Amino acid sequence: MENLKKELKEKIIENLNLEDIEVADIGDDDVLFGDGLGLDSIDALELIVMLDKDYGIKLTDPKEGKSIFQSINTMAKYISENKN
Amino acid sequence: MNKGVAITGMGIISSIGNTLEENFQSLIDKKPGISKIKKIDTIHKDVIKVGEVDIDNAALIQFLNLPESNNYSRTALLAEIAAKEAVKNAKIKDINQYKTGLISATSVGGMDKTEKYYYSYFEENKNRKYIDAHSLGDATSKIASSLGITDFVTTISTACSSATNAIMLGARMIKSGKLDRVIVGGADCLSKFTINGFKTLMILSETDCKPFDENRTGLNLGEAAAFLVLESDSVVARENKEVLAYISGYANANDAFHQTASSENGEGATLAMKKALDIANLSPNDIDYINAHGTATPNNDSSESKAILRVFENNMPSFSSTKGYTGHTLAAAGAIEAVYSILALQNDMVFPNLNFNTPISETKLIPETEVLKKNINHVLSNSFGFGGNCSTLIFSKKY
Amino acid sequence: MKNYYINGIGCISAQDTSKENFSFDNCNELKNNIVAAFKPNYRSYIKPALIRRMSNGVKMGVVASSIALNEANIVEPKSIITGSGMGCLKDSEKFLENIINNDEQYLTPTSFIQSTHNTVGAQIALGLSCKSYNVTYVHSATSFESSLIDAMITIDESTQPVLVGGVDEIGPHTTALHKLVNHVKKENDFEKGILNTYSKGAVFSEGAQFFVLESDKNNNAYAQLVDVTIFDNLKVNEVEIKAQQFLKDNKLQVNDIDIIILGNNGDIDFDIYYDELQANVFKDTQQLYYKHLTGEYNTVSAFGLWTACKLMKSQETPEVLKLNDKNLTSINYILLYNQYQGKSHSFILLKKC
Repeated sequence: MENLKKELKEKIIENLNLEDIEVADIGDDDVLFGDGLGLDSIDALELIVMLDKDYGIKLTDPKEGKSIFQSINTMAKYISENKN
Repeated sequence: MNKGVAITGMGIISSIGNTLEENFQSLIDKKPGISKIKKIDTIHKDVIKVGEVDIDNAALIQFLNLPESNNYSRTALLAEIAAKEAVKNAKIKDINQYKTGLISATSVGGMDKTEKYYYSYFEENKNRKYIDAHSLGDATSKIASSLGITDFVTTISTACSSATNAIMLGARMIKSGKLDRVIVGGADCLSKFTINGFKTLMILSETDCKPFDENRTGLNLGEAAAFLVLESDSVVARENKEVLAYISGYANANDAFHQTASSENGEGATLAMKKALDIANLSPNDIDYINAHGTATPNNDSSESKAILRVFENNMPSFSSTKGYTGHTLAAAGAIEAVYSILALQNDMVFPNLNFNTPISETKLIPETEVLKKNINHVLSNSFGFGGNCSTLIFSKKY
Repeated sequence: MKNYYINGIGCISAQDTSKENFSFDNCNELKNNIVAAFKPNYRSYIKPALIRRMSNGVKMGVVASSIALNEANIVEPKSIITGSGMGCLKDSEKFLENIINNDEQYLTPTSFIQSTHNTVGAQIALGLSCKSYNVTYVHSATSFESSLIDAMITIDESTQPVLVGGVDEIGPHTTALHKLVNHVKKENDFEKGILNTYSKGAVFSEGAQFFVLESDKNNNAYAQLVDVTIFDNLKVNEVEIKAQQFLKDNKLQVNDIDIIILGNNGDIDFDIYYDELQANVFKDTQQLYYKHLTGEYNTVSAFGLWTACKLMKSQETPEVLKLNDKNLTSINYILLYNQYQGKSHSFILLKKC
């Protein structure tokens, strides 16, 4: 699980072009959207594609993303439960 | 009321008709033009529905009598057909008799060709003539050349509000005396680029779109072109022209909220509608019909509903979105919906909002779902685009 | 009709034009056929959280507009009008390449959203929370002039200040396509300067130039914008007639013009439009050019205007810009003429203020 969390942080930094952020800067429980890391709805769509491409999980309703992408912890939990 | 700028001609081609007459007939017959995509090979073809013009490029080229050496994109073909119909409809004999301009709008331009030959351009010479057709101004220049317009030619691109802004600029240029006559409108064809673009935003519906419905799931893309001919009062008088309607109000405001989503309370939309009423010197209760932007995305219809309520409060006029017929034709939307607004004025009818069952729970607005005959003096038409671009036009009956 | 004063200007180009102590004397002629813009320190203008999604075109536009607004001492303009011939090309190319290379799968929205031509104007508005009139013109090499014409009408309608500008960026694939059809100079190294290449094509480059227009001049005012006109197509022998008519419409004659700034770009097929004016009706006028410093892109005529503003204020004529040498006692009127590939012709007239 720890490896997955690290991997997710790396992917977020890369896919979303967060140039100034390091893996160590993102806490496992940090709020990713809104006031936390400051991600928005376009980033959510990017993460949905990442879920499909890298983990084989397809989300058909973008609104599902809200709870899944709350933090690294929630993302890692969802992926390990649903990964294909 | 501010009298406004005279409209003396219109032309249109869309998935519900190749001419003005055919479009009108489809509107009153409640015959939509939404189907599975036929002319573009995309992996999404079984999961999207579109408003596709039912003529292939070869037939469009033949209709326009273009030489084989032509490098028209599909956008340019559709645009020229509609522009020529508008000029004919306005009974213009000598285009250069008065200072005449052309203001067109597009978001796709020649992308239909670029995406087809993107890599093969390097392998063979055959299609390189289309390289210059990519740019958004190309179709406009071609139409200007075909029609012989030399005085003022330009192109606007503000996503889905493009044609509305083109019409607005045209009206302002007539009002300011810079032009005596101007042909204004827009065109966009379907392309893999836009289909995939909207797919990534997860706002395409797999079924026929349901504007203003609680259970709407997204839009259907469409392709179309439409143009209006605007003429100054002195040209109208001198040529004894029949005026179809007047553009009495127009406005452009920016939501400045997010690149693709509209603000929850529809700030930009509210500002645009209020300003257009201001320019027209009309109050909300003067408006008889709103032809809404109504794309059937969760975000737009919610935001637009709230904006309409903010502006109209207790004076809700009849309203509908005609995108259930044509799909969302992007840059052309403002122009085809201008034509439909003028048809509404001329025929005293509101065109139905197709596929509606349940009002949005938050706002409870109910659009017209049948052709409604009623006295219509003023129509308000909205077009909102990515980048926060919100534009509104008000059309008024000739008197 | 009101007066239109240019009270603030900002420029990003192949030269280091965004720095405060910019001087034409320090400019170097471009020596390669494709030249990127000189990048300022974007982070000193834009928050990192926002930069991450911005394309080159958007960054250049945001910075150039920011400089212009600062100069004019304006926080929020009442109108934002942008010209861009090709839009944000890199993002267009990226999105399209992903579509083709991945068979339409695993596509992400960012580059699609960023590719639209109106994204620069939209991002500027977003950054300023500016809810006013916002429009983008995309008519090839008269995109910028179309924006100026709308700006003038907007001021006539009592809406101001107006932020107006032009932006175009290099897209590698698009440039490669234009090379195929001889729009780009084949040589990638020309020591003798672009006007001495005697070959087809131009140097391709990129840039952003923005201006603040108001109906009253402030302490910083550069010049008065008198008039702008555009033509889609002109024959070589028609340009002189149109130039004279344009001046006549503004109650001027050729000998009222102190400087004519021309868009010579070294393309042997099309510089003839400038040659005609230089040899005939404007032969006694001080002639200047700038594309040897900036290269060619659809909105590069905005750089011409930026240059004209600088010269009007300084009342100097830098050697590096000269096509001929006339003794000027003062600069009162500057005329600009540009065209691209025999199409998209424009005239701009400036007056000292």
